[in-house]
Amino acid sequence: MSVLLLSRIQFSLTVMFHYIYPPLSIGLGVIILVMESIYMLTKDPLYHKMTKFWVKIFGLTFAIGVATGIVMEFEFGTNWSTYSRYVGDVFGSALAAEGVFAFFLESGFLAILLFGWDRVSPFVHWLSALLVCLGAHFSAVWIVVANSWMQTPAGFHIVGHGLHARAEITDFKAMVFNPSSMERLAHVISGAWLAGVFLVLSISAYYLLKKKNVDFAKASLKVALMLGLIASLGQMITGRIAAETVAKWQPTKLAAMEGVFPASAPAAFCPFGIVDEKDKKVIGPKIPGFLSYLMYGDFHAPVRGIESYKKSDLPPVALTFYAYHLMILIGISIIFLVGWGLILFSRGKLFETRWYLKILVPAVLLPQIANQLGWMTAEVGRQPWIVYGLLRTSQGLSKVLSANVVLTSLIMFTLIYLLLFVLFIFLLDQKIKQGPEGIELQGETQAHRASI
Amino acid sequence: MDLHLIWFILLGVLLTGYAILDGFDLGVGALHLFARTDRERRLMLNSIGPVWDGNEVWLVTGGGALFAAFPDVYATLASGFYLAVYLLIFCLIFRAVAIEFRSKRPGAFWRRSWDVAFCVSSILSAFLFGVVIGNLIWGVPLGADKEFHGTFLGLLNPYALLTGLTVVAVCMMHGSIYVVMKTQGDFHDRVRDWVRNSIIFFVIMYVTLTMATLLYVPHMVQNFKDYPLLFIIPIANLLLIANIPREIYHKKDFLAFLSSCGAMAILMFLFGFGIFPDLVLSNPHPEFSLNIYQDSSSLATLHIMLIIAMIGMPLVVAYTVSIYWIFRGKVSIDDHSY
Repeated sequence: MSVLLLSRIQFSLTVMFHYIYPPLSIGLGVIILVMESIYMLTKDPLYHKMTKFWVKIFGLTFAIGVATGIVMEFEFGTNWSTYSRYVGDVFGSALAAEGVFAFFLESGFLAILLFGWDRVSPFVHWLSALLVCLGAHFSAVWIVVANSWMQTPAGFHIVGHGLHARAEITDFKAMVFNPSSMERLAHVISGAWLAGVFLVLSISAYYLLKKKNVDFAKASLKVALMLGLIASLGQMITGRIAAETVAKWQPTKLAAMEGVFPASAPAAFCPFGIVDEKDKKVIGPKIPGFLSYLMYGDFHAPVRGIESYKKSDLPPVALTFYAYHLMILIGISIIFLVGWGLILFSRGKLFETRWYLKILVPAVLLPQIANQLGWMTAEVGRQPWIVYGLLRTSQGLSKVLSANVVLTSLIMFTLIYLLLFVLFIFLLDQKIKQGPEGIELQGETQAHRASI
Repeated sequence: MDLHLIWFILLGVLLTGYAILDGFDLGVGALHLFARTDRERRLMLNSIGPVWDGNEVWLVTGGGALFAAFPDVYATLASGFYLAVYLLIFCLIFRAVAIEFRSKRPGAFWRRSWDVAFCVSSILSAFLFGVVIGNLIWGVPLGADKEFHGTFLGLLNPYALLTGLTVVAVCMMHGSIYVVMKTQGDFHDRVRDWVRNSIIFFVIMYVTLTMATLLYVPHMVQNFKDYPLLFIIPIANLLLIANIPREIYHKKDFLAFLSSCGAMAILMFLFGFGIFPDLVLSNPHPEFSLNIYQDSSSLATLHIMLIIAMIGMPLVVAYTVSIYWIFRGKVSIDDHSY
């Protein structure tokens, strides 16, 4: 295998694994803030217990998020050093801002959240919950700004020629508020909230099914469902806006996402289907002209299709199409699930409807998979560019690497991340089994006695 | 003062912050196996419990600042030192995992395995940082294309190995003083002996390294020849190091720790001042070196980033101080502990 292919595999492996955790931190951050705020207002000890339990889970996801995040920070330089030289002036500043504004806030106040229960006043503890939640969101802001600049570059000019060409900032504000950054940010954050919401829904439903920690589970379920409603609707709205931006600025990506083949014609919307790249068509149900309407508000507006581009300028069509469509299907089922839960709740049947609770337990995977698919759509759909329209992925590669070296690190990553994942699941399982009561007790000595 | 110089200094501040802060928790890790009982080991772990991952953020931010201010340096080092960078990151991951998981199960085998993982990965991390520093001082083969043309084994030259060991030694010294400061009772008294031993280890390494530097890397001394007044700084360093056993003897543990922090800061200053204005020295072709004037980002970017730093860094210092203030005093084990 070539250095290019190995580096791409390694980047997708490391970034996809990393992205299991930050959305959980962002989502749980909001949930913890809501719970602790309710506690501050009502002084109901149940909400104190809930905050404590979810903070423990947060601590676990955050630790793995940091460990795998350090990898990402240096991987731009290790495998994509030509890209780093090219974009450092622009991209680097967003990354540095992320460190200064987000990570210090999050990691610093997490210490108080986790270990400070007896050391600070309840107000300072609540304030820490607020700051950790803000920190988690700030990190999303800067990394999404940086990535959006790679999708829709703005506020820069190219200096130098050939090997020495690079992008330099001309307008920082235009760089930060590039055409896609804000709607993509909203889309990413609502996806992250859903990841947190569904983790809480899943664990709470599990407790209700097992008839353990019932009060705790009921209250957690309520908080999560409310946030779930906001996030899932937000997800749909921001997704639609983000797709319009893609249509405007990244037409090759849109063509692949929607599977539009004809060079220029009013385009049908296809909710699901099979891509036939040989015969240049998508097999499946279609609503004629609806895509034209969605993107341009006119059923007869032409949409530029795959056939109008050179093959070397196109992303892998099938992968982009499937990732995008599967994401939408999951997104709709999430709205449906949350809505159904709220209907059950309003009828007072939520906590007794066992089949619904049984669906919620594995549903924790839905937002996780949708988040991964969304990023696949964004990143695979951007190909063959690493910075859209400016620099190709193949040009961004480091020049000094050999395939063996990259293969070595790839194997190491695979093994270490497998270990990390097993340990994460093991610890999460242990915390869930201990439950909020186990955390209240002297967890250590209890476990010790039990083992003897 | 021009923006290039300001960013060289700011980068130095971030990395010095990292050295001082993560330096002690790497040192605690390196000494971990000297603690005998499970309780002692948990005390060691929990002394750094609330702060270690915040300490690592200084590295993350330092990396971000390097990328933003000197993209060519970031690109050349990360791709050139590929295997060393990933070994270092794997060590940091293992450390994080070991801290997080060690006390989660009561089994003796489980805990002992994680103890070893924590200790070995801490020592290796410190050592690899030292190897990188050593190579930056010694110089690495760069081409006219700004790319690294050496090998991984070439990075493990005798001088770099020596700096690697010296960094392990300084972290052990720094970490042992931190543990003295955070503990009480029998264990505290025993750790006081570690301080003495680790100072001896550090001084031996430091003297050896200084001699090797004077003999084999004369360019590190050039800037001192140009500004002879700055010879005060290495002398201040010796005084600070000599002050550590004195403060420990008088049981002023916090002052001993401050002296150690000062020594760390001066060591970083000596390194930065020695290589200035280069960031990566090219050896054997010094004309290909990467320096702060030719290999930085544009002035516009450096300016924007300076504004970000001027808003952000006071906040960062405020958070750091308040977290350390909240978690001041002797460590104890409760139900939130590792």
